[in-house]
Amino acid sequence: MLDVRNLEVYYGGIRALDGISLHVAEGELVTLIGSNGAGKTTTLRAISGLMRPRSGEIIYDGAPIHALSPYQIVRRGISHCPEGRHIFTNLTVDDNLRLGAVQRRDAAGVRRDRDWVYSLFPVLEERLGQLGGTLSGGEQQMLAIARSLMSQPRLLLLDEPSLGLAPILVDTIFAVLREIKKSGRTILLVEQNAYLALEVADRGYVLETGRLILHDTAQALRTNAQVERSYLGG
Amino acid sequence: MSLTEYGLQQLVNALSIGSLYALMAIGLAMVFGILRLINFAHGDLMMVASYSALGLLFFGWPYWIVVPAVVVITALAGILMERIAYRPIRGAPDVAMLLTSFAVTIILENGAVMLVGARSRAFPIPDFLRTVYHLGNLTVASVNVVAILATAVLLVFLTLFVTRTDIGISMRAAADDMTAAQLMGIPINRVIAAAFAIGSGLAAVAGLLWTVKVGKVDPYMGFFPVLKAFVAAVIGGFGTIPGAVVGGFVLGFLEIMFQALLPGEWSAYRDALVFGILIVVLLVRPNGIVGARVREEI
Repeated sequence: MLDVRNLEVYYGGIRALDGISLHVAEGELVTLIGSNGAGKTTTLRAISGLMRPRSGEIIYDGAPIHALSPYQIVRRGISHCPEGRHIFTNLTVDDNLRLGAVQRRDAAGVRRDRDWVYSLFPVLEERLGQLGGTLSGGEQQMLAIARSLMSQPRLLLLDEPSLGLAPILVDTIFAVLREIKKSGRTILLVEQNAYLALEVADRGYVLETGRLILHDTAQALRTNAQVERSYLGG
Repeated sequence: MSLTEYGLQQLVNALSIGSLYALMAIGLAMVFGILRLINFAHGDLMMVASYSALGLLFFGWPYWIVVPAVVVITALAGILMERIAYRPIRGAPDVAMLLTSFAVTIILENGAVMLVGARSRAFPIPDFLRTVYHLGNLTVASVNVVAILATAVLLVFLTLFVTRTDIGISMRAAADDMTAAQLMGIPINRVIAAAFAIGSGLAAVAGLLWTVKVGKVDPYMGFFPVLKAFVAAVIGGFGTIPGAVVGGFVLGFLEIMFQALLPGEWSAYRDALVFGILIVVLLVRPNGIVGARVREEI
């Protein structure tokens, strides 16, 4: 479904990604783990079109997408839920969700997805009229995920969904991730909590300073000595 | 004339001038909200509107066609301005964008001087805008009534637009968080073009009303209105439409209040006093009257 080949991305003169290659198959939940600055977020930003790679290719459904604008990429079925939530704080929860589906024309499908995200996050339905900025941190994260789902993605890019959340909320978020996966959607998950990420993922890639150093099934990575030492606090 | 009547008289004046400031300030605020660009060339769109009107009237077009035509022409001018001058430097430091807007101002004003000359020209005012109504002791110029009503109608439409339509909500979203707006699949270029088109259309209405009030057009006519509109937008809470509207009317009221209350020999100090009050407002509420929220950075 998604094939990233020899991706190189620069921030000004600084190289953030040094030839990353990875692939994600339909229906998989793949995780990227690594410490801060390893290039996980940059990888997602390149896939969703927020950053242009200097070289390399991003192939989605057999076609290159690395020269497309973010809105064109969303239309092809990739949705990026960014780190730090980036919800619209001055807009209502309702308008936030509406914007998630702003490029869709299938009113019936949008209504169905509304019902689906309300079932995933019941609290959002109670908060529809509230401004995004008045939600708690956990609710904002739920809104961010729900909003990404409203674009009807086949591939969901999720960046640090558990960051800064209380443990009970982290459990809620990860339970929802399993639901989303069960619905047939493909997920590429960036997560600082490697332990949790490898619990839900099928496969994982380990990044270090812009390079891939390891990839394997999640199960194998969980018991990998190097991963354990560096990312699982073992 | 009783005190109440005098008060009502001044209220109409204040609403009328406040309407024009508000119409101008909205365009500045919409563009600033999305692009962080202070578009000083916004004032020159008034000039574009007024000269377009002058030209179309010269060719004998009737007023009821000239006004919508001028709004469309000015909206297109605003879209072109963004496309040619501002899009290439999008994302540049604020100072670079501000300087570019000065450049656009200079080009437009000097272009107008070359095309039509620096001298001001009389503007043919239609009879229905020359009328003065007498209600008891009150005298109300019809142009003021038209200004207030037109602004009220436009504000209602603008409110519906930014709260009900996809593109309007997208506009507010882009002002709120540009990255997230892109990730939603909002076509940013189209939203920015729409913001320029709407702001410019409102500037066209303000420009025509202004021209009818003063009775003449000249290439530099947008200079003071855009300064006033900028001040209005800042005291209201820069970058938000409600802030621009509130600021516009507050500025209008302050100006008329000082004009009415100050003895004649003090009138030269009117603007100084108005701006003095505005400085105090900003000291008390640095984010403006409406802009009380401080953005939380994560």
